Amino acid sequence: MGVFKMPSLGADMEDGKLVEWLVGPGDTVKRGDVVAVVETQKGAIEIEIFEDGVVERIDAALGRTFPVGAPLAVIRGEGEAAAPAAMPEPKPATVEQPAKPFAAPPPVLADAGEIPASPAARARAAEIGVDLSGVAGTGPGGAIVLADVDQAGTGKRKPTKQGLDLDAMRDAIAAAMTRSKHEIPHYYLEHEIDLQAADDWLRARNADCPPEGRILMGTLFVKAMALAAAGVKGMNGQYIDGTFQRSETVNAGIAVALRGGGLIAPAIMDAASLPLDQLMAAMRDLVARARSGRLKGSEMTAGTITLSSLGENGVDGMTAVIYPPQVAIVAFGTPRPAPRVVGGAVMARMCVHVTLAADHRVSDGRRGAKFLKQIDTLLQSPEDL
Amino acid sequence: MTEDELRTAFLEELTSVAPDIVADDVGGNDHIQDDLELDSMDVLNLVTALHERLGVDIPEADYTRIETLDKAVAYLAERLG
Repeated sequence: MGVFKMPSLGADMEDGKLVEWLVGPGDTVKRGDVVAVVETQKGAIEIEIFEDGVVERIDAALGRTFPVGAPLAVIRGEGEAAAPAAMPEPKPATVEQPAKPFAAPPPVLADAGEIPASPAARARAAEIGVDLSGVAGTGPGGAIVLADVDQAGTGKRKPTKQGLDLDAMRDAIAAAMTRSKHEIPHYYLEHEIDLQAADDWLRARNADCPPEGRILMGTLFVKAMALAAAGVKGMNGQYIDGTFQRSETVNAGIAVALRGGGLIAPAIMDAASLPLDQLMAAMRDLVARARSGRLKGSEMTAGTITLSSLGENGVDGMTAVIYPPQVAIVAFGTPRPAPRVVGGAVMARMCVHVTLAADHRVSDGRRGAKFLKQIDTLLQSPEDL
Repeated sequence: MTEDELRTAFLEELTSVAPDIVADDVGGNDHIQDDLELDSMDVLNLVTALHERLGVDIPEADYTRIETLDKAVAYLAERLG
């Protein structure tokens, strides 16, 4: 018999609002199944269960806020008998169901529970009092997006300050980054990588592909970072309770900027093992869900290193802040042609400026340099990524 | 397809890729990356959606030709014509 509790979806999460149950009493659940949706400062997150069994009882009512660790449901393990609950003595099977020790939750809002909506749309709906169950979604997969809520709420909209959700997210970012700068003795290393080989290879590859088969330079960055992180100690893992726990797999966090403000860094599991096309598909899916859908709790918590890319039209470089409890973050600037000495002559080459921020509790500059050099080396042979 | 139909198609796919953008707010000369804040992933998703909807496969070398609504409508009309 296990108790399913409100999980911690980040170091700074104190509580979460339960907005949806995807299972009910009697349902069979497997490890990894998404069973509920919780709204946090980072938007709606799908939370997973980490055992197999049958839902014995739902204890937590929708719409309420619960602290991390609060019991939400009881799960009966496979083969276990039904819960004795408040009835210690065995009774004939014909006896009516024992009274439940917890008050039954209000009826689950089956309709409201199934509505996919973006975090911004949820926030606006709450702000202006629009019932999402009556809104037609026009986003991906019929998800309700901000424009739909505004449409439905025409005439209802109040001239208020910035959306509550974005303010909450800003607070969460500030708290996490303050904690990072307070606790983690950062050191920084910079390196310029000649990207001409990777750029040439990628252009040629994509020229032969329809749009759905193309990949982005960012995918090469993620793969190179993941492979390098797997091979250099002290970069890949989490620092928890005073010790560094090295991770065997590289769960690559990807910093995703949300238009309108905000940043979220969900992880792609075992990124080093994914071929480029699969990694690209995983990135597409992750970015889409970070922006307008839902992320899973494990994606929010399992990251072992993060990459932040400034994209095509950004600036040369950035000194990033480590995302606790991770111990390293790699920032890729905007690739641009730059003068470089090749074979004794100055040539225009596509280059990218890469900055590592790493944790002195775990590694030193020598190891960090090895890591950046390894990323460089890997990007010189893009066909092998 | 008429230019109006192409304009509608482009705006629908643009706002599908970036749901926080309101079609009525998009100016003909707004740059999809600099002004509308699409990133390279969004642009690729837009190009993919236009390929599926219109059958026009826009190569990477032509991405600059769809960087604004007005340019994209002219480019798509040319490719379809």
